[in-house]
Amino acid sequence: MIEIERATKRYGGRPVVEGFSLNIVEGEFCVLIGPSGCGKSTLLRMINRLVPIDEGAIRIGGRDIRDIPAEALRRRIGYAIQSTGLFPHWTVADNVATVPRLLGWPPARIRERVEELLRMLRLDPDGFRTRYPQQLSGGEQQRVGVARALAADPELLLMDEPFAALDPINRDRLQDELVRIHRLTKKTILFVTHDIEEALRLATRMAVMDRGRLVQEGRPIEILERPADDFVRDFVGRQGLGLKLLSVRRVGDRLRRGETAEGEPVPLDAPLREAFSAMAQRRTDRLPVADAEGRPVGVIALADLVR
Amino acid sequence: MTADYAARPPDFSAAAIRNRVLPVLGLAAAAAILFSGFVEDAPNRLVSGRPVSLWAAAGIWPSAAIALFAALLLAAALLPQKRALSCVIAVAAALALLAGLAAAGMAARTLLAGAAPAARIALGPAFWVVEATAAFAILDALQRLAAGPLARLLAVAAIAAAIAAVALSGSLDSLAIAREYESRHAAFAAALWRHILIVALSIGPALLIGFPLGVAAAKLPRLRGPLFAFLNLLQTVPSVALFGLLIVPLSELAKAAPRLAAFGIGGIGLAPALIALVLYALLPVVRNTAAGLLGVDRGVVEAGRGMGLSPGQLLWQVELPLSLPVLLAGLRIVTVQAIGLAVVAALIGAGGLGTFVFQGLGQYAVDLVLLGALPAIGLALFADFALRSLSAILFPAAPR
Repeated sequence: MIEIERATKRYGGRPVVEGFSLNIVEGEFCVLIGPSGCGKSTLLRMINRLVPIDEGAIRIGGRDIRDIPAEALRRRIGYAIQSTGLFPHWTVADNVATVPRLLGWPPARIRERVEELLRMLRLDPDGFRTRYPQQLSGGEQQRVGVARALAADPELLLMDEPFAALDPINRDRLQDELVRIHRLTKKTILFVTHDIEEALRLATRMAVMDRGRLVQEGRPIEILERPADDFVRDFVGRQGLGLKLLSVRRVGDRLRRGETAEGEPVPLDAPLREAFSAMAQRRTDRLPVADAEGRPVGVIALADLVR
Repeated sequence: MTADYAARPPDFSAAAIRNRVLPVLGLAAAAAILFSGFVEDAPNRLVSGRPVSLWAAAGIWPSAAIALFAALLLAAALLPQKRALSCVIAVAAALALLAGLAAAGMAARTLLAGAAPAARIALGPAFWVVEATAAFAILDALQRLAAGPLARLLAVAAIAAAIAAVALSGSLDSLAIAREYESRHAAFAAALWRHILIVALSIGPALLIGFPLGVAAAKLPRLRGPLFAFLNLLQTVPSVALFGLLIVPLSELAKAAPRLAAFGIGGIGLAPALIALVLYALLPVVRNTAAGLLGVDRGVVEAGRGMGLSPGQLLWQVELPLSLPVLLAGLRIVTVQAIGLAVVAALIGAGGLGTFVFQGLGQYAVDLVLLGALPAIGLALFADFALRSLSAILFPAAPR
């Protein structure tokens, strides 16, 4: 889907992104993580040509992005940023409709799409369509921002710390929302953050970046279990590593099929951390597990968590 | 503060001054009436007159009305500042403003009765202080009422209409300024239109040139420094000097190209006046355009670019609408400035209200100066107020 090949960007001779290579497969939720100033936002902005690339190449669907006119390229890529960048003089509906309108969709189709997106982001269309951004809470604004990024059904979604300015409760909710939308739409997402918890929660693939270079990439669990060097080990955090491991593994990975237990079941795809929390709360070492339809499929035990 | 006070029972102790503006205004009005002339009585239009106090000039009733107004302001300062009180003060101040005008007119008529035909009654310091006091009291009341732009517009329009009615009723006709107007009313109307024409003709080109320059200054940081340095330099040239400096090149141009001269372009007259006004207007227009565009939230611009708006779409659909309040403020500054500068343009034969100002200065006839200056001030206040109201109605949330 996206091939980044030895991409380099220099500002006044100083490299901000240097020889960065990464392939992102279609449908992947790739989280680009690194400390502030490591060049991750610059790299993201190189993909939609907000920042011109100095050396190397970036290809989307096999085509070099420099061969696509910048505006046409950007209309194919969803873009959401931390400050939302909603147009304050436009209503929620007009904001969401930005790219479809640029693409010249017929009005009826735009209206339908806006409705669908507001519903998807759990914003009641009748209540929100005609409101202005400053009349919304921070969480609602960011929901509109995400809806706007998704509006023209882009093949790729670029998100630059979209939830960093939100309070923990809204951040949690929107993260869940995004995971749900990703599963629903199978969009390729490239998400930038400096928050390791957020990365572990969202990513199907992670890329760790430091001083403009790619340090390690792989599935979240690989990065936690086999950090490539001390930088990654420090960054993912030596403390609480066990809990982080529990939050990337799923109940389904450790299931004891065929056994039964009493109580409220935990979902098969819940992180082990959730099962651990439920055990501590209910003072038990065994929990029943149910699949998506609520049918009991087995048991998870305390010992399984540390296996 | 008002809500705080409203919750308590009324307290009439001396310490409870609830409004610091009103007593100052009341005392100023009282002092001016007691210690300075309300009108000035001169044997002819060229010498300064002998001050005549309010009660001597206008008699007991207008004096009592204005004294009552001053007392009301002092008393109102001690009362809880409720909305009803502010309404009463606004109405009383408006009546006092009209009473002052009527008193001056009445005084002039009485004093002129039996005087020589050359005698003139001019407005004195006490008159101006009373009128200013009343105006400030009205503004203070409107402020406290948190009146919206429409309410303000209506209030000011009502007062202006009342003043016009007093003037048209002929009760001010004996005042010196009205006598000056009397002998020049055809010239006055022509000068007023000419003045408005000069201002209007200078603002169009100033916007046409200044707006693109402002956009360029916002988009090209390298251009910004030199451009603003040049425009600032222009602004420092004294207006009289700039008018003078334009005479030579323009008269040479007219000599070299007689076709241009046929259009009225020459060293003196409308052409140099318009050029100078346009040059002075450039800095505010360019600066406000650039400041407005640069003031648009960077995240909004970034998001707009990231979603694929072209630079033109970004400018017209996002950056301009969002900076419109600042642009409108620029237009307001330029209009007010042009109305003032156009007075000076009379020096190089451009006409307008400045004609009376310079004639009056030449003859040492203060009332003739006022005949030019007061309408110019009125025009400027009107333009400022109208554009402010427009901005307040169009952009209720924008800071002003």
